Amino acid sequence: MMEERRVLYLDHAATTSVHPQVVEAMLPYFGERYGNASSLHSLGREAREAVEQARADVGGILCCSPQEIVFTSCGTESDNLALRGVAWQNRRRGDHIITSSIEHHAVSHTLEQMERQFGFEVTYLPVDEYGQVDPADVERAITNTTILISIMYANNEVGTVEPISEIGRIAHSHGIPFHTDAVQGAGSLSLDVDELDVDLLSLSGHKFYAPKGVGVLYVREGVDLLPCQTGGGHENNRRSGTENVAEIVGLATALKLVEGWRDEESRRLAGLRDRLIEGVLSEVDHCALMGHPENRLPNNANIAFEYVEGEGILLGLDMEGIAASSGSACSTGSSDPSHVLLAMGVEPGMARGTVRLTLGHENTEEDVDRVLRVLPGIVERLRAMSPLYEG
Amino acid sequence: MYSELVMQHFSNPHNVGVIEDADGVGKVGNPMCGDVMEMFIKVKDDRIDDVKFRTFGCGAAIATSSIATEMIKGQPLDEAVKLSNKAVAEALGGLPAQKMHCSNLAADAVRAAIEDYWGRQGKPAPEASEDDE
Repeated sequence: MMEERRVLYLDHAATTSVHPQVVEAMLPYFGERYGNASSLHSLGREAREAVEQARADVGGILCCSPQEIVFTSCGTESDNLALRGVAWQNRRRGDHIITSSIEHHAVSHTLEQMERQFGFEVTYLPVDEYGQVDPADVERAITNTTILISIMYANNEVGTVEPISEIGRIAHSHGIPFHTDAVQGAGSLSLDVDELDVDLLSLSGHKFYAPKGVGVLYVREGVDLLPCQTGGGHENNRRSGTENVAEIVGLATALKLVEGWRDEESRRLAGLRDRLIEGVLSEVDHCALMGHPENRLPNNANIAFEYVEGEGILLGLDMEGIAASSGSACSTGSSDPSHVLLAMGVEPGMARGTVRLTLGHENTEEDVDRVLRVLPGIVERLRAMSPLYEG
Repeated sequence: MYSELVMQHFSNPHNVGVIEDADGVGKVGNPMCGDVMEMFIKVKDDRIDDVKFRTFGCGAAIATSSIATEMIKGQPLDEAVKLSNKAVAEALGGLPAQKMHCSNLAADAVRAAIEDYWGRQGKPAPEASEDDE
């Protein structure tokens, strides 16, 4: 099977494999328990019970009531529902939204459209060289027409963790709803919504060993949303559409799993991450860690290599059976470097040479050492053919 | 995303390097927003006797540079100067659409090197060949 040629997967910020325990928990709901959770009969009741148990489990981890959990189809949908839902619901009160300049496109492209097509006014806050938002900037940006603040919990490219609870306190002292895209945080960071002081929080199942196609939006009681998807009034009238029972069960199972190992696993991954970062920085000249040196996700290493293009390094790693990712937009079809790195003030030529390695549960010290054995040679080979490199 | 041939030229590019006493040098691109290619040629009897390149860019940029050097080596200058970016991409069995613009500069670099050579010889460059961009 696939085992014969094992890919060393270091792209967990992109997606993860579905954990075998999660598969096992989901299987009955593809098979004999196929009911529609809205049906009155026994099959329907069985599905309803499974969905509500999953809701209670997720609520337990977020330290909120089950009714505050909305199941969606993905993190992008959760972000869209939070932003559009709160903005339209509160439009008579104002039209100003505050966000950061390093958000995931699920937030930034949504807000850009609301700005361009629907006349909302959006403030994009700057970040420092490590990619952190200054809470004082949030406070300064607030006006009497501000109806929503959305700042991500941890950045997907450079791994920097934002001061969410500080921003939450500021938002609430002004009575403004506060959303955070916490998609990269699950399994690594606390999701306690009261500790974080957030009103809305987005999660995506496939980032934490659940399948693709299921997400969560936490919506604090009392925060009104205009639903973006209307129909049969599912999810307490906040998100219509037949519940994806199996995957909702999968998401809850996975979230319990990663929350159970979070402390220990975060320490373990941070150790591997630091071994990787220190190894690369000592083996390769002219490279630098991107993102915050301490306040960063335990599994994220993002390194910029001068004089070479990130895609070349990725192809080189791929030929060695190592799957990684790049901040260089060349790989995504645009010639502009990543908006995150540019917002951090990284010089564009440098920003094009970034590689993101994101660790996960199955990675070991041996995996890190395998990367350290091949990466310096790949960079050296590309530099030898780079007209920008003078040795 | 890339054809087998692109990957071959990326992983084992031909004619990488610098010719110190080159007869013509062409440099195109800009590291701030795109790829950079440098092409060095040696000319003998109005033919490309030797060619080497250096490229900063993605896999497509490296592969197009490599195959372009193969396509012009030994060619008469007035043939080589007609090489188009489109012909380079075709020789590689095609490139992903988003790579056609930013990473397909090899023919431009070849032309720049030949024009540099002609300039050094004091010859007026013949009419610029038609480019596909």
